[in-house]
Amino acid sequence: MEAIEQANRAAVGRMLEADPVLIDVVPACEAIPALADGRKILHAGPPIEWDRMCGPMRGAIAGIAVFEGWSAGLDEATAMAAEGAFEFHPNHHFGAVGPMTGMTTRSQPVMVVENRTFANRAYCTVNEGLGKVMRFGGNDAQVLKRLAWLRDVAGPLLAKALRECGGIPLKSLIARGLSMGDEMHQRNVACSGLLLRELAPALARTSQDVQLLAELLSFMGGNDQFFLNVGMATGKAIMDPVRGIECSSIVTAMSRNGTDFGIRVSGTGDTWFIAPVEMPEGLYFPGFTETDSNPDMGDSTIVETIGLGGFAMGAAPAVAGFVGAGAASEAGNYTRAMTEIGYGENPEWTIPALDYLGVPTGIDIRLVVETGIAPTINTGIAHKEPGIGQIGAGVVRAPMDCFKQALRAFADEMGVSGQ
Amino acid sequence: MSLVNEVRKAFYLDSVALMRYSRTLAEMTGVDEAAMMMGTPANREIMTNAGLLGPDAEGAEGGDLIIGIRGRDDASAQAAIAAAKQLLDQPSGRAASNDVWRPRSIRAAVASEPAANLALISVSGEFAVAEARKAIRRGLHVMIFSDNVPIADEVTLKREAAELGCLVMGPDCGTSIINGVPLAFANKVPRGRIAIVGASGTGIQEVSCLIAAGGGGISQAIGVGGRDLTADVGGISTMMALDALERAAGTEHIVVISKPPAEAVAKEIVKRIGESEKTFTVCFIGAEPGALPANARFADTLKAASVLALESAGVTVDATAASNPQPAPSGRDRIIGLFSGGTLCSEAQIIFARAGRPVVSNVPIPGAPGPAEPETADRLIDLGDDQYTRGRPHPMIDPGVRDAALADALRDEVTGIVLLDVVIGYGAHEDPAGHLARQLEDAAGHGPLIVASVTGTEGDPQVRSSQVAILERAGVLVAPSNADAAALALACLSGGKP
Repeated sequence: MEAIEQANRAAVGRMLEADPVLIDVVPACEAIPALADGRKILHAGPPIEWDRMCGPMRGAIAGIAVFEGWSAGLDEATAMAAEGAFEFHPNHHFGAVGPMTGMTTRSQPVMVVENRTFANRAYCTVNEGLGKVMRFGGNDAQVLKRLAWLRDVAGPLLAKALRECGGIPLKSLIARGLSMGDEMHQRNVACSGLLLRELAPALARTSQDVQLLAELLSFMGGNDQFFLNVGMATGKAIMDPVRGIECSSIVTAMSRNGTDFGIRVSGTGDTWFIAPVEMPEGLYFPGFTETDSNPDMGDSTIVETIGLGGFAMGAAPAVAGFVGAGAASEAGNYTRAMTEIGYGENPEWTIPALDYLGVPTGIDIRLVVETGIAPTINTGIAHKEPGIGQIGAGVVRAPMDCFKQALRAFADEMGVSGQ
Repeated sequence: MSLVNEVRKAFYLDSVALMRYSRTLAEMTGVDEAAMMMGTPANREIMTNAGLLGPDAEGAEGGDLIIGIRGRDDASAQAAIAAAKQLLDQPSGRAASNDVWRPRSIRAAVASEPAANLALISVSGEFAVAEARKAIRRGLHVMIFSDNVPIADEVTLKREAAELGCLVMGPDCGTSIINGVPLAFANKVPRGRIAIVGASGTGIQEVSCLIAAGGGGISQAIGVGGRDLTADVGGISTMMALDALERAAGTEHIVVISKPPAEAVAKEIVKRIGESEKTFTVCFIGAEPGALPANARFADTLKAASVLALESAGVTVDATAASNPQPAPSGRDRIIGLFSGGTLCSEAQIIFARAGRPVVSNVPIPGAPGPAEPETADRLIDLGDDQYTRGRPHPMIDPGVRDAALADALRDEVTGIVLLDVVIGYGAHEDPAGHLARQLEDAAGHGPLIVASVTGTEGDPQVRSSQVAILERAGVLVAPSNADAAALALACLSGGKP
């Protein structure tokens, strides 16, 4: 017990000491050299092969194969994927994360978040905005055209500005966002605005083409979820130094691929503990119902892993309404419930409406299993067919079975006989 | 089919609020699809795809609110538009929920209430010890309401807790009153200078209520669990409670209530009492009065314990029963007692034994001689005993547990008197007297006499005097205490002469 307590204190200590800074945007193959060779596609969630992938994941893979020039069209790409022409790996195995389908391939621009305390880096693609987008399985010409614009225009402009200004520190930016009603998963309005405000002078100084700069500013200004991907890379950069601490029962990653939900725990190394993913409950855009929805998907649960998203619901009463009958005034109850499974509180990320309660930090698998309280996750909902995109948003629970499996393995690791 | 659009220029509402409104509208009769969205290009595309955007909404921009309704007919669509406008013009204006977060684990409860120093544990017996351990490791005293805890676990837990300086009340501890707060089954009694340490829940309730009725008050009532004074447990909790009360300035007199303890344990307790600077009443129900130190007196019933305690606190009590006996139906000389409180059943047995009437009981007091003819002898039954409560609530919670036995007794042609207890207070049924009165309706006038007592106070949620009034209207003779009820029953049997 004492060894676990010490290890967890160390684990959460590393989380709180982290100093994430957005420093650059580079082509994925520069950040992740392994992507340069072969036809590698990184996806969200724990490992999965083509025949078990859900519709939106397959749609995104077909789209990204066309985008990378590996296939002439979507049908050919689909056929190639089925024949094993592409290599699939989880983002998490390459220091990356991606929202929903989480496609990361060689030529896509990725944002680089450096954890300056531990000198590690994490990567995430640039958020595509709302509507028909690849992260929800969209793959038509409009989707691919936007990806090309991100690669050719947005990425390089952001890169120049970030290098010129020396990076944007993210810890305090997120703290301000929490006090402005963001929880950094479903709601990123404040942080997206704050980031744009911080970047604007450097963008102005480094952009030669006013027309292109205006395009970028208009894109960022029109995308309330722009910061989601920054927050996700932040989460990955914070959690990676927590991996592999002997005797620690703290969760280092939660992630889903639309078929499986997986978690990793510090004391059990890089093993994924996997269970079938659950269906989100939420509100739908007009024309869609829960029968259209795909099961839960994406690496974005990394934000819950660091105490944001569903854990910080109390900061964002407006999103609490996504939970069936939940009232905005109940938002704080979600955060308080998550304190039951969190090792501690984050003294810098506080929620004014909860009398400055710090967000619950460090999910302890022992507490999850003991209390029977699974992490609450705020999420977008994708259509189950490829190519349609986002149809709603809601709340989902991490499957309890992942935590039970992890606890058994953890007990084995500790030399305790589990039942 | 009819599509209706309406645009509110420069009217902003949050998208989540709008999605909730949209769902309300879509659920209206005759509405096929409905949406309320800000008119951004992305939203307009969604509405177009859903067939909700017509020419009327063409000029809408990002800052304008678009209402789109596709209805079965124009009337349905217009009704939904009207409802939408009402939602916009008259927002709810009140908090939708008063749900307060409640912690689900001891850890979270302590975090939210760091000053708390006591945990009340009421979970299935197999988990009670594990939860109690979590509590004592956080420095909390525990009251364990749960039963079915193996005695070996009780011993280990109490020893561990004692090491940590924590008191374990229970397992199977039904009643405590700590700093004036009634826990589990307990009554609203005034605070005062008399403390109770008891291995019996209903014993504590009866004594605390009689002390309250006599004008005294309770400083602390500490339940220790029914097995604390056995040889196995060795009185660990009782001794800790006595130590704590010795230090408590607000306590002058201490009542100790238990079934007869193991001999060695009784010795320890008597020794401990002898070292105390306070005065004591020792009520070991069913035990012979042993030698006690000068600062202690022995009480053989709960009523006697309350009288002695009140005297020590300087209150004089008129201990004679106030109720007038009535003659029981002639030719019927059997008494059947149906109790919800185990210790109340034991107390009645003592009164009967004193009167020379041996009884049959499922919980016989030690050393009592069995009756010569058990078939026709008096029966005093504890309906809270395991054999009656397996898979059912305790009769104090569900008075229906007594119904079948009561009906049998009322039909029995040799039974002259049915003796009952009614226990009220926190945790107990909201109206046990009312339930009893309904069971007695048919029997009134031609069956056995009904004699009862009500354990409780005027401050209890059920209000003692109201419960007494309900019973008296149902023809029940109500005595001021359980012991008085037993004595009254005996008096009625001997022809109504006191």
